Amino acid sequence: MNKILLIIQREYMSRVRKKSFLVMTFLVPGLIIGMYGLIAYLTITGGDKLANVKVLDESGVFAGKFKNTKSVLFSDIKGNVAEEKKKVAGEDEGFLLYIPTNIQTGGKTEMYSKKKAGIYVLSNIEDQMNEIMRTKQLHDAGIDLATLDKIKPDFTIDSKEITAEGEKDSSSGAAYGVGFAAAILIYIALFIYGSQVMRGVIEEKTNRIVEVVISSVKPFQLMMGKIIGIGLVGLTQFLLWIILSTTLTSVASSAFSRPDPAPIVKTQHQTGSQKKMADAQKSASDGPGAAFMKAMDTIDFKYILALFLTYFLGGFMLYSALFAAVGSAVDNETETQQFMLPITLPLLFTYIMAFSFIVNNPDSTLSFWLSIIPFTSPIAMMVRIPFGVPGWEIALSVALLIGGFILTTWIASRIYRVGILMYGKKTSYKELVKWFSYKE
Amino acid sequence: MLSIRNIVKQYASHRALDDVSLEIEKGKIFGLLGPNGAGKTSLIRIINQITAPDAGEVYFNGEKLNPDHINKIGYLPEERGLYKKMKIGEQMLYLAQLKGMSKNDAVSRIKYWFEKMEIQSWWDKKVEDLSKGMQQKVQFVATVVHGPELLILDEPFSGFDPVNAEMIKDEILELNKKGATIIFSTHRMESVEQLCDNIALINKSHKILDGRLKDIRNSYRSNTYKVEYTGEPVTIDQPEFETISASAHEELQTLTIKLNNGKSVNDLLSSLMPKVTIHQVNEVIPTINDIFIQRVSEKGAVTL
Repeated sequence: MNKILLIIQREYMSRVRKKSFLVMTFLVPGLIIGMYGLIAYLTITGGDKLANVKVLDESGVFAGKFKNTKSVLFSDIKGNVAEEKKKVAGEDEGFLLYIPTNIQTGGKTEMYSKKKAGIYVLSNIEDQMNEIMRTKQLHDAGIDLATLDKIKPDFTIDSKEITAEGEKDSSSGAAYGVGFAAAILIYIALFIYGSQVMRGVIEEKTNRIVEVVISSVKPFQLMMGKIIGIGLVGLTQFLLWIILSTTLTSVASSAFSRPDPAPIVKTQHQTGSQKKMADAQKSASDGPGAAFMKAMDTIDFKYILALFLTYFLGGFMLYSALFAAVGSAVDNETETQQFMLPITLPLLFTYIMAFSFIVNNPDSTLSFWLSIIPFTSPIAMMVRIPFGVPGWEIALSVALLIGGFILTTWIASRIYRVGILMYGKKTSYKELVKWFSYKE
Repeated sequence: MLSIRNIVKQYASHRALDDVSLEIEKGKIFGLLGPNGAGKTSLIRIINQITAPDAGEVYFNGEKLNPDHINKIGYLPEERGLYKKMKIGEQMLYLAQLKGMSKNDAVSRIKYWFEKMEIQSWWDKKVEDLSKGMQQKVQFVATVVHGPELLILDEPFSGFDPVNAEMIKDEILELNKKGATIIFSTHRMESVEQLCDNIALINKSHKILDGRLKDIRNSYRSNTYKVEYTGEPVTIDQPEFETISASAHEELQTLTIKLNNGKSVNDLLSSLMPKVTIHQVNEVIPTINDIFIQRVSEKGAVTL
């Protein structure tokens, strides 16, 4: 068997068989699904326990107009504020809502309870009060609410891109999100897998196994084997994440899109904000995820995924060669600091630019150049892609990326072959240049 | 089998090897001797094709050194090293395959060597669970498992306890008997002196001496004899018997004398016998270390 294949195999297997790899593989999609589920759960249930709210309304505007929800029950009472306060102090789930007579002229509504009231309860009450007051004020002004609702305009803009295949739905919100997610993933992945390469090199160097290995293979083969092996580990990890998340998400979303519609119907006319939500849901015709899904449908995931993997691999090869060179130049991980800056700087710069500039100006000249230059393109291009990038730009960018990693690999391998045999002295940049210029 | 011709290796401001030539005969044990920093490791790395010389050539079995030869060389570096977290069996298999063995061959050879070294039960152990001495054994197996024609052992006995060092020495000699050519590289010259057929001395990037060990030592014999005796201390002061040194340890007197003008040991003895009781007479043969020091001091200062 070819020796470089043996090295790739060892690098790959020794990492994939680690427990931490399995944990990461299942933990990350699990966390994503868990968060998805938690949010869905909280949205549906409100997350609070049942709260009994006694309404002591001295103004007479609100009495009898509060509507019960799943988690908040209202009851009107009459009496003295001070006495009721004492009573409520003895109840665990009791709340006293006190509305003074002068509520319409700047009086403050107060809520008393033994425990602090939850945000959900408070906002529910506030929404209801606003709605009741609004209705009353409209009524007082002689405006019929039903008429008002009818004349309320509700525009949404469907954004359409004009492409060769004709018009297609696009969603800049979703494009935003997908671009961000891909850029963040690439940024993190470059660091995670790049530093794995570096640590692998340092490990071999400090273990002194490296001299045994390079008496059998060329240093270049060892370095490339390591880079490719770890790159494949990253690829495997991503593919497993994608497969696991899509399976789990489709399972989860089919579970969540068939909930008992009753709670939605019950709550939809109770508060202003919920009413709006319910309207939006009605317009999206089915389930809370549908609008989101519709937006996501406008994005070509296969295309983005293919480019994501291309840029991940390209960027990884480019940077991990540099990581390998750094690893070869030091004796332990603490010494890597001085050489890390030139590697982290372009990545960090692009990362910041991606969020502050590129995403707002995806077609500007600066964005164009950032997505063409190999050191910045893996992150910058991912942000731009969902907004639509001409094919020639992608081709140029990928070609330069390939050229870029051939260049960095060449430079790195010249430093690497000397560095792995150097022990004990602290290396300077000057020395790296010297190593680079050594013949064979 | 190995012919090293006019090798020069230059590192930035430091010349590690300067016009070094050596011939290493097939089936012999060759000692590459010299102090630390003399250039031994640089030369070994060139033979192993880890680095390339700036000038000069190396021939292996008459062919110019090329990557095919790597599989025929077994190299035990001075700094031993293995993957700490890898199982020993897998690790041996990996290293053997890197040396070009097929998987099946490698497995059977590793089993053979593990049995020989009495470490069969270690297959699934990790290196980090082994003691230093145990790791050395594993490392030795890694060096010889692919049946190399040429074994290069850099400081082979460092790190072994005396029992294991003896065991390794026997294994090396057995391999040599089966036809393997061996290069010992060491700065502890006394440790390989009895084993080597041929040696080369390297100091400060230059070869200062090479040849058959016997010839070298013979050429450095100086007709000097050490006589141990009891009795009254004697002094001989004649041009034929030049006294190099005289000392006493309790009863025992020691006299080191150089014979000149064709005088023989018998002549020395007959002049001494009437005066003292002789216990022992030895010829003073210089050790490699002595030769080295003598040779270097002839050429100027040396830092050992």
